[in-house]
Amino acid sequence: MSNSTVSLEATNLTKLYHRGSEEIAAVRDVSLRINKGEFVSFTGPSGSGKTTLVHLLGCLDNPTSGELTLGGRPIFSGNGRQLSERTLTEIRRDIFGYIFQNFYLIPTLTVMENVLLPFTFYRKPGAGKDVMGLLKLLGIDHRKDHLPGKISGGEMQRVAIARSLVNSPEILLADEPTGNLDTKRSAEIIRILQNLSRDTGLTVLMVSHNLELAGQADRQFEMRDGGISERR
Amino acid sequence: MITKFQVAYKNLLRKKIRSVLTLIGIALSAWVLVSLLGFNRGFETALNRDIDNMGFQLMVMAKGCPYEAATMMLKGGTGLKYLPESISDTVRKEPDVERITPMLMQAVFDPNKGESGGIAAYLGVEPQSYGAMKSFLRFMQGEWFTQGDAYEAVLGYEAAELEQREIGDMILIPEKNVELKVVGILSRTGTQDDGTIFVPLRTLQKIFGKNGKLTTIGVKVRKDVDSSRIETKFYELPDVQVVSMAQVKQTIMSLVSTAKVLVLSIAIIAIIIAMVGVINTILMSVHERFQEIGIMKTIGAMPGDIFQLVWIETLLLCATGGVLGIALSLALSRVTELVIRNVLPYSPKGGLVLIDMHLILFTLGAISVIGLLSGLYPAWQAGRIRPLEAIRSGVNE
Repeated sequence: MSNSTVSLEATNLTKLYHRGSEEIAAVRDVSLRINKGEFVSFTGPSGSGKTTLVHLLGCLDNPTSGELTLGGRPIFSGNGRQLSERTLTEIRRDIFGYIFQNFYLIPTLTVMENVLLPFTFYRKPGAGKDVMGLLKLLGIDHRKDHLPGKISGGEMQRVAIARSLVNSPEILLADEPTGNLDTKRSAEIIRILQNLSRDTGLTVLMVSHNLELAGQADRQFEMRDGGISERR
Repeated sequence: MITKFQVAYKNLLRKKIRSVLTLIGIALSAWVLVSLLGFNRGFETALNRDIDNMGFQLMVMAKGCPYEAATMMLKGGTGLKYLPESISDTVRKEPDVERITPMLMQAVFDPNKGESGGIAAYLGVEPQSYGAMKSFLRFMQGEWFTQGDAYEAVLGYEAAELEQREIGDMILIPEKNVELKVVGILSRTGTQDDGTIFVPLRTLQKIFGKNGKLTTIGVKVRKDVDSSRIETKFYELPDVQVVSMAQVKQTIMSLVSTAKVLVLSIAIIAIIIAMVGVINTILMSVHERFQEIGIMKTIGAMPGDIFQLVWIETLLLCATGGVLGIALSLALSRVTELVIRNVLPYSPKGGLVLIDMHLILFTLGAISVIGLLSGLYPAWQAGRIRPLEAIRSGVNE
């Protein structure tokens, strides 16, 4: 596979924590390759390390060891050197969009203002040309002037998706995006993520407890005790 | 596009009561600061004006406490001891003296003054010398006395208003049962003359049995003459003391300075309390938005962006509080003046609190700098929040 089609490649990625004298491997020697435009899910029981792995892949944290390459660009080179928060932020805002179980919308800002919030700090060249189109695509254009407290949970997650996409990321990282939603809204969110991956070539990494929803991804990885295996 | 200013402003509206209470704290300290500095300027200006309007640089009076005597003169009260009138000739003959004006001040209790009576003060003057000394005096009605021993009176503007008197009316000196005919009413001068009842010197001496006696001699020295040299000369006269107006001014200012140090200390404490309030408010706000700030960093905010955001909030609070405080001090400057007049033993006439654009800009600048300093620690704390910790804290909720 040529580098141009590889979105993300991890080699022997490991994250160790220390609790007193005890060493805990949240992620141990994980190697995987994800192509551009793939919709990938990570499942596993609580404490299996799926969220920690996605945080490492999403440059929210430094690994203890191992390598990570994003779009051919080496991020963690395996020499154990920890990247500063500033460097991680620079990588994140160039490459990633994030959505979380708790939405994390700013309650004092309207839907539109929440979606535009990333531009307050950074605007990728050419990004955000059709924000209204994005809101329409996600079915929340009629809510643009509402405050988050006045819309439903499903709509709040769509706003979070719009916010994550406004800076045209290459990879969307979704950590339990349906954790606070009912079955119907969950299915809607998964469908949106599928469409984005299929129609725009966005790479989607999703962590989920729900095997049924995770099964709708192009590829499904299962985490157990810090190790990873791909479901065929 | 939403600016950091808008994000900061909207966040302050989130906890309205907390923001308003913090604003009140800042506004009150700004009010104290403006009023105090305004008083500092206003008092000095008013005192200078009062002393310049005395028309003379030196007062010759009988020995006693010079400051008490000077203060009483400024307040329009009576001197405690008397000088023989003959001294005025000696003083007048001094070559460096341009002119003199002899005065006798007497006061009696007037049961009809105010609700429960009050002191009525009478100043015996020679119209020629007194008028020449105070060239700014203008008559609203009438003129000076017809003769040097006439039973007539000239009323200052406020005295005429208080007594509701017009030309031709008769006024009674209580205790003495003597009536004086009002022959003139002076225009407002903004000095202690406004509250004075002027009587011919000879007449007042006769009424109060003080023939040949004076309380004070006002002395105007020639231009470019060192008044301290004349002061030393006059001290050679028996039982005489000399009070220079510069000395009076200096003494009053040093007394007022002591009070100012105390009030300034209170103002500084008020500012420190307001600062602590601001730090507390912003720290609480940062703590409450721990996850939001973490998410902002996830979506691209650098530590410097978060620092700016929190700093803008602090600046907004302080600048708004400062503006409110200044508005309050302008609106309540008359009340502040009344309070000061009640507290200070001697307060000059006219505006005591002088608030100008320079002072307003200085206070706004000072409050803003204080705000920026107060915001440093919370902003630094906010800038240090790591996104991963924020996300984890949200998952654990």
